[in-house]
Amino acid sequence: MMASSYNAKEEDGHHSGPSSHGGAGAVKSKKPDNTAFKQQRLPAWQPILTAGTVLPAFFVIGLIFIPIGIGLYVTSNNIKEFEIDYTGVDVSSPCFSCAKNYSWDSTTSCTCSVNFTLEQPFESNVFMYYGLSNFYQNHRRYVKSRDDSQLNGDRSALTNPSKECEPYRTSEGQPIAPCGAIANSLFNDTLVLYHVDSNGTKISIPLAKKGIAWWTDKHVKFRNPGGNDNLTIAFQGTNKPVNWRKPVFELDPDDRDNNGFINEDFIVWMRTAALPTFRKLYRIIHKKSSSTPTLASGRYILDITYNYPVLSFDGRKRMILSTISWMGGKNPFLGIAYITVGSICFFLGVVLLIIHHKYDSRNSSADIPN
Amino acid sequence: MTTRNAGTHGSVGPNDEVMPYSDDETDDELDVSTDEEEEPSGEVGWKVKANDRAYHHLPEFDKKVFLCFKKSRYSGNVIKTYKYNVFTFLPLNLYEQFKRVANIYFLALLILQCIPAITTLPWYTTLIPLVVVLGVTAVKDLVDDLARHRMDKEINNRKCEVLLDGRFQESKWRHIEVGDVIRLKKNDFIPVRGHVVDMLLLSSSNPNSLLLLYFFIKKAKTNASEVGSNAWYLYDGREDSTSYRGFLSFWGYLIVLNTMVPISLYVSVEVIRLGQSKFINWDLQMYYAEKDTPAKARTTTLNEQLGQIEYIFSDKTGTLTQNIMQFKKCTIAGHSYGNRPSSDPHSSPLLSSKPVDWSWNRDADKKFQFMDNSLVACLRSKKDKEAMDFFRLLSLCHTVMVESELVYQAASPDEGALVTAARNFGFVFLSRTQDTITIREMEQEKTYEMLALLDFNSDRKRMSIILKFPDGRIRLYCKGADTVIYQRLSPNSKHRESTQSALDKFANETLRTLCLCYKDISSSEYEAWSRKHMDAQVTMVNREAALDQVYEMIEKNLMLIGATAIEDKLQEGVPETIAKLAKADIKIWVLTGDKKETAENIGFSCSLLTEDMHLHYGEDPPTESRGKKKPAEPFFPEPGKNALIITGGWLVSWGGQGFFQIDFVDMACECESVICCRVTPKQKANVVSLVKKYKKAVTLSIGDGANDVNMIKTADIGVGISGQEGMQAVMSSDFAFAQFRYLQRLLLVHGRWSYIRMCKFLRFFFFKNFAFTLVHFWYSFFSGYSAQVAYEDWFITLYNLFYSSLPVLLVGLLDQDVNDRLSLKFPKLYLPGQQGLLFNYKNFFISLFHGIFVSLIIFFIPYGAFLQTMGQDGEAPSDYQSFAVVTASSLIFTVNLQISLDTSYWTFVNCFAVLGSIAIYFGIMFDLHSAGIHVIFPRHFTFTGQNRKRYELEMQQEARKRAPAFQRGLRSRRSGYAFSHSRGFAELIASGRSIRRRPLSRIGHHSSIREVSERAENI
Repeated sequence: MMASSYNAKEEDGHHSGPSSHGGAGAVKSKKPDNTAFKQQRLPAWQPILTAGTVLPAFFVIGLIFIPIGIGLYVTSNNIKEFEIDYTGVDVSSPCFSCAKNYSWDSTTSCTCSVNFTLEQPFESNVFMYYGLSNFYQNHRRYVKSRDDSQLNGDRSALTNPSKECEPYRTSEGQPIAPCGAIANSLFNDTLVLYHVDSNGTKISIPLAKKGIAWWTDKHVKFRNPGGNDNLTIAFQGTNKPVNWRKPVFELDPDDRDNNGFINEDFIVWMRTAALPTFRKLYRIIHKKSSSTPTLASGRYILDITYNYPVLSFDGRKRMILSTISWMGGKNPFLGIAYITVGSICFFLGVVLLIIHHKYDSRNSSADIPN
Repeated sequence: MTTRNAGTHGSVGPNDEVMPYSDDETDDELDVSTDEEEEPSGEVGWKVKANDRAYHHLPEFDKKVFLCFKKSRYSGNVIKTYKYNVFTFLPLNLYEQFKRVANIYFLALLILQCIPAITTLPWYTTLIPLVVVLGVTAVKDLVDDLARHRMDKEINNRKCEVLLDGRFQESKWRHIEVGDVIRLKKNDFIPVRGHVVDMLLLSSSNPNSLLLLYFFIKKAKTNASEVGSNAWYLYDGREDSTSYRGFLSFWGYLIVLNTMVPISLYVSVEVIRLGQSKFINWDLQMYYAEKDTPAKARTTTLNEQLGQIEYIFSDKTGTLTQNIMQFKKCTIAGHSYGNRPSSDPHSSPLLSSKPVDWSWNRDADKKFQFMDNSLVACLRSKKDKEAMDFFRLLSLCHTVMVESELVYQAASPDEGALVTAARNFGFVFLSRTQDTITIREMEQEKTYEMLALLDFNSDRKRMSIILKFPDGRIRLYCKGADTVIYQRLSPNSKHRESTQSALDKFANETLRTLCLCYKDISSSEYEAWSRKHMDAQVTMVNREAALDQVYEMIEKNLMLIGATAIEDKLQEGVPETIAKLAKADIKIWVLTGDKKETAENIGFSCSLLTEDMHLHYGEDPPTESRGKKKPAEPFFPEPGKNALIITGGWLVSWGGQGFFQIDFVDMACECESVICCRVTPKQKANVVSLVKKYKKAVTLSIGDGANDVNMIKTADIGVGISGQEGMQAVMSSDFAFAQFRYLQRLLLVHGRWSYIRMCKFLRFFFFKNFAFTLVHFWYSFFSGYSAQVAYEDWFITLYNLFYSSLPVLLVGLLDQDVNDRLSLKFPKLYLPGQQGLLFNYKNFFISLFHGIFVSLIIFFIPYGAFLQTMGQDGEAPSDYQSFAVVTASSLIFTVNLQISLDTSYWTFVNCFAVLGSIAIYFGIMFDLHSAGIHVIFPRHFTFTGQNRKRYELEMQQEARKRAPAFQRGLRSRRSGYAFSHSRGFAELIASGRSIRRRPLSRIGHHSSIREVSERAENI
């Protein structure tokens, strides 16, 4: 109802009494302006929540949310996902010795292999993730420990990184590139996937390492100092992060354009996770043809170059394979949340409807004279 | 035109204690002599010579200021109410602002944020709001001060006449010096220093929220066993102990959680209060057209208290009544005159049915009406000596001034009415000098020598004049309140009983009465008294008391002549207003100087007292003291409404004693209405402070005269009626308007709205900031208690400024649950305010829990959704940026939806604000996510959005500006980021430089900026 119908009040009638002010017009009247705003009667809609308006709202919310939830839930269930923990906590697990004998300084890398079986074929593109648990990438001191100017290719920041990077700002008298704790703790396990066919031969599965980072990260936020040519010269005078084996311009020996700050594995790592348990995209397995599945069901071998220690802080490492639908990856939570909220609304609607019918004995609109 | 030279008497300036006649009117417009402007400093004697400027420039009046610089001890008359000048504004204003606890708090916070070890939020999250607040306040102060400068200039440049070189010369006020003799005209403004009142706005803070804040921090601290002394990736090179880290973390959380009580709360509260005050000023229905007086809120901090008033203390004269006095009746020598025909069946209808015809008297005031012709006949016959004396007294015993021929200037309306009455009955007051009074007595001009004037004050309640008649007799005329006069009557005085009964009758008719009497004095007796009088006048200590004593000696053995009865009409709408306020459970106390009967009858006529009330009188105090009673036991056990009528004397003797104060207050508060009669200004204030002290209720005083100033200042809220009397009441009040009846609108409409709006505002404000801030708290469980914030820094900075403040501010300014007519029609709607139902601990905790609930949902639903999710393009969007943007966006939607539900008065402005807030949020998000801003400030804007199209567009525009040689290899990839804002190519198409339509799928591998820009060039 529009409560804009304002009955002109007594005062509105007579404009400043003619007798009261002698000098007609000479003395400015102090009479306040008769405007809707100043008299606090702006036209307004005064909604009143009644059973008639609230109850349908409950039902409508319920009826919208429940189907959405069911849709999300079904879609999520149709997504194929495979997850395997290769941390090596258990003595029986293949990476146990690697996990135990780890040292940053070791020159030879430790490798281990994990066998697994896919029960069902994975159609369309398959995405390969690594997952870390109990890793506080969202810790305040960790999150700040980076220099975005340096990562953006700023030459002065390259040689003089931000103080936020301490204590990973300089090493051996030279500035670290990329500086800071995030870069220093770059995930450096190497995962290789093999399919074991019916003959028992290992067939290497091609893993695409490009296209895993945000497009703007790759092209805007992260840039090499002085362009992409001759990174060795560009990074001259800087040192590698203390935990790294190779300098930043040699991260990808296979692809010259995937080195320096624009290395996609590096970019993915630098986009810090919100929660202590997280996944990061590692590789993409592109679909080859429409007739064969990307990953057929069967036995697989995951070869791991075990470099990354997590046991010291009780962390876990996982490898995840997943397909993607229109709603993204497998995540039953959203569907359940929608169904729950929808059901609660619907249920409340029913309860309130019953209460309304049972106790609404009075005439709903009490006469309020205006 | 009256001139009164200074120095004739040491007359006193306006004084709260002065209280002429049965009620309590003072007038300051004439009584001020202005040569003593400055109190002397120190114990040095006070030497002032009138009209001698050179004298005051003598070195002895200089005081040393600094080394050899000397300054006159008497400062000039330049008024300086302004606070700042060009140079002092910045430092002084900042100093003033930082005197406020809130600002200091935020400054301390800012300093904390600058400490690198502690800081959890960047410094600008506090600095920007603080600067805005300080800036806005400074601008406000500046505007105020400019107005003061203007006002000072105007006052200082006012013209006045100063006696210089033997004649009055026009001068400006600021050039007046100590000792100058000046001439004032009627209605001249007197800017005596020290009489200008400044108001300073102060804002209150709510301690609850701060307490809560600390509670939460404490809790956070106890939980904060940070992760990671063994997490190698968190190693920061410092060997700090765990407790030290916890300490740093504590301060970090203090900074993060400060957003619960942000600066914008203080600003918003001030804005809302200012708005409510403006609405009061603008209200047409509180504008009094006859005097062109709009209502005026003089302080802005009390509006919401207007909605919580429980006790109103009202003056009577000029507040409930019009303060326009009319001489209605009198009793002379036991015979009453002026009764209306209906009430006096004995008088002949011819004589009394119509008003007296004044044509026989050329000096008569034609507006004056009197209903009894017999009195005129009696006077014209000149037989009735006592009637002659009656009116002679009225024309002689007063302090009225003659302004011009037959135009009087009276200190109180009563005196004016009496002198005018005497004039109409043939005793015309013509002029007075310092020691003579000339009257025309039945066409015969006579001059009386005035030997002494025994002035009025509120304790004496009478005034006398000693006159030497032309025939040499010496006579004292006295008029005053009946109680004091009757005590001093001679045993020989006649007509005591008949006059007393007439007085009672007058009082029943709500008339104001005065007794008149005389005393013949022999010259020897006078001589003896006169010497004592002279002695008393020159007493240095306690002159007032000494004079009173001397007066007392001569004012005895008086002979009663009769009594006058003056009518003071009620103001328009008073009974209706009082009835309405009573329905709103507001208890109304009338404090008046009138006698009991008058007050009681006024009480009935303005529906303060009703027939169904049980009246109790203060003269018979309860036999036993309350001390023995149980506190729960009521004083008036009988059911039904009670009313109490007490006198000032009783207050002093019984109620005033410390032991019984609480009893008095308890008893009085059991009554629907209370009338205190014959109270002095000080007693009025005492009553108010008693109720304030024992009832802890919000009190309001309303009055119009200087005698109400104490009371107005004592009460929580003072209301001044800008009426007949001077401006003191208005100057010391918080709200001022012209008519008593506007009080109902002030309380029931403006007060109620202000209270409801402020409560709604506070409740919502706390809710929205709890919902906002506690997300950090939940997040801390998942970030190793590291005080990592859950949102982006810029969002935190701007949340309270742009994203959520405007809709709630508008609710605080404009919301109406019911309109003004309904508020007035149903006074019971006022009750929630009195009981403080809308904002109290309970409501606060409801807001708190509401906030906690919402913050839980805002945190944990995204938490569930992000825990193991992947985007449509396979990337894992569980990164901090995505999470922060999702929670922030949900928060903005939730908070703005919630205020939409809470708004009960939807104007287009509200609609605009709600939609605008959301739009601004997305607009700013959009800009913060643009690539350009990150490239320029890589360290401050790290939330670059994942939107390739937008980036390409930016680059195209860039390329079009630059030379087309710009080249960069681009790889196309479909953008799927949920919060990106892709902008189409509408701009390009519209500009006529359309490029080939880009396929939506990922085909455009080879498109490059160069290609695009070249095409654009070709067209």
